[in-house]
Order: sequence, then structure tokens, then C-alpha cells
Amino acid sequence: MVHFLDFDLILLSLKKAANSLWGTLPVLIGAILLISFANSFIPKEVYSSLFSGNPLIDPLIGSILGSILAGNPSTSYILGGELADSNVSLLAVTAFLVSWVTVGFLQFPAEALLLGKRFALSRNIAAFLFSIIVAIAVSSVVGAW
Amino acid sequence: MVSEKSNSGWYFLFAVLTLYMVAYLFSPEKILSSLDFFSALILKLVPVFVLIFALLAFANYFVKPKLLAAHMGHDSGPKGWILAVLAGIISTGPIYMWYPLLNDMQKHGVRNGLLSAFLYARAVKVPLFPILILYFGLTYTVLLSAAIIIAAPLQGLLTEKLMELFENENNRIV
Repeated sequence: MVHFLDFDLILLSLKKAANSLWGTLPVLIGAILLISFANSFIPKEVYSSLFSGNPLIDPLIGSILGSILAGNPSTSYILGGELADSNVSLLAVTAFLVSWVTVGFLQFPAEALLLGKRFALSRNIAAFLFSIIVAIAVSSVVGAW
Repeated sequence: MVSEKSNSGWYFLFAVLTLYMVAYLFSPEKILSSLDFFSALILKLVPVFVLIFALLAFANYFVKPKLLAAHMGHDSGPKGWILAVLAGIISTGPIYMWYPLLNDMQKHGVRNGLLSAFLYARAVKVPLFPILILYFGLTYTVLLSAAIIIAAPLQGLLTEKLMELFENENNRIV
């Protein structure tokens, strides 16, 4: 820890923070542009048509779909609710909800540039696998409830 | 990995802008709608950007690498995992907004598994609980949140194992 109100250090800290953000700005803007692109080019109706009703394949499709799509988590809850209403299994919907927030296909280039390719690849693979594990755990407990 | 002096971020932005220009030739109305979505998103993200800037400045001022390594380094133990998961739960905004801060923490020796657990725990969105409860019920919301909290450190450990595996593979090829 340092003593409070060291103005030189405050200025230096602000400058370092500004430099860090400036260095990452093109990556962030690129990632947001990619997300906006996908949002306009992929129609929402496509999503529910992808599920086949197969209990083994649907959770995988849910995880893949959630990994590819990006946006506010509240959108995923609404989409997930619509998928559940269209008789998509809770297992698949849960995999979709979890991977939406934890796996980032569109953000991958930004993550790899800022945190390293090895980290981004390992983290996304681990998060993808865990989206299915969490979905199995939650839907089995909810089913048994 | 991008640093202050690296140009790879600008190349990435240039590639995305090129994609926009090419797509504009085929579907101008969709590109305009993408740009509308983009500007709305940027406006929504300004407060998060300010928060990240403040956190970065705060971290630069108060948190020294030694302190960070002690609390979130390789020997941080359960305390590090708990801190990472709690920080993930209370963090706001989209995942990519946190990359600059995490990049800074990574450079200061914070364990990769903890960064991964932080990103995973962000799936617990307390302010959005009412929407989740509305669509899926209270039991589901509680169970899903508990499962994500338990999974976050395990996912962090798996990330580290996979990183080791990829490094060993790389060394074997080289």
C-alpha cells in the first residue's frame, strides 16, 4: 500500500490507466463491431429451428449457439425462455444460457490479443465443457425437484 | 498478446472495418442497422468504460505487484479463488470490457486460473435475477447460480491444465 494523496503518483496512475485503455481501444471497438455485425446478420427465428429434440445433441447445439451469439445476458434469458416455450429441453436451454455469458466466439480475437492465444483458447474450451456440465447438473436437480 | 506498442489491435480493427465495407456492397441496410446497434451499444458502455478506467487507475495507485501476487498469485490458495469468484459476480458490463484490466493483472503475476474463474463467475448476474426468475422460476435461478459459483474455480483449474497441455505440445513440436 502507499500513502494517500501523492499527486505525482495519482497523475502517473491516471496516465498508465489511460495508456492501457488506449492500447486496447481498437480491440474493444473491433469486438463490439463484430457483435453488432452478427446481431444484424443472424435472424432470431433461426435459433429455435436448430434444435432437433435429440437429448444428446441438443445441449451441444445449445452450447455452440450460446458461444457464437453475444450480447446482453437479459437477451439470452428472453431467447432461452422462448426456446423453452418451443419445447427445447431445459438441458439445452441451460447450456445455451451459460455458454452465452461464459464462452466468447466473437470476442475470441480480442481476448487472444489482450490475454494471450493460449489463455483464450484454454479458457473458452474449459468454459464450453463446463456449460454442458453445469447444464446437466442443474437440469437433473430441477427434474428431480 | 497486445501491448501498448503493438499494432495487432489496429490490424484487427482494420480487418473488421474491411468486413463492414465488403458487406456494405451486398447489404447496405444491414450494415446501417449494425452501425445503429454499435452506436447504441457504445453509448450504453460509456459508464462501464469509466468504471474500468477508474479501477485501472485505482489499481495502479494502490495495488503493487507484490500485493497482487500475494492475494491472487500462484500461492494465493482458497482466498484467491474466493476473491476471483466474488469479483466476477459483482463485476458489470460485457466480458470484453474487462480484458484491459485482466491484461494488467496478468502482467503483474495474477494466476491465469483466477482470471478464468473471474470471467466464469460473471455468469451470475444478480441485477438480472428478476428476469431469470420470471422466465425460469426461483428454484432454477438459485440452482443455476450455485452451480456456476461451484464450477468457476474448477473451470479455472481446467483452464490452467489446458494451458500446460498446449505449452507441452508446443515444446514437443519445437
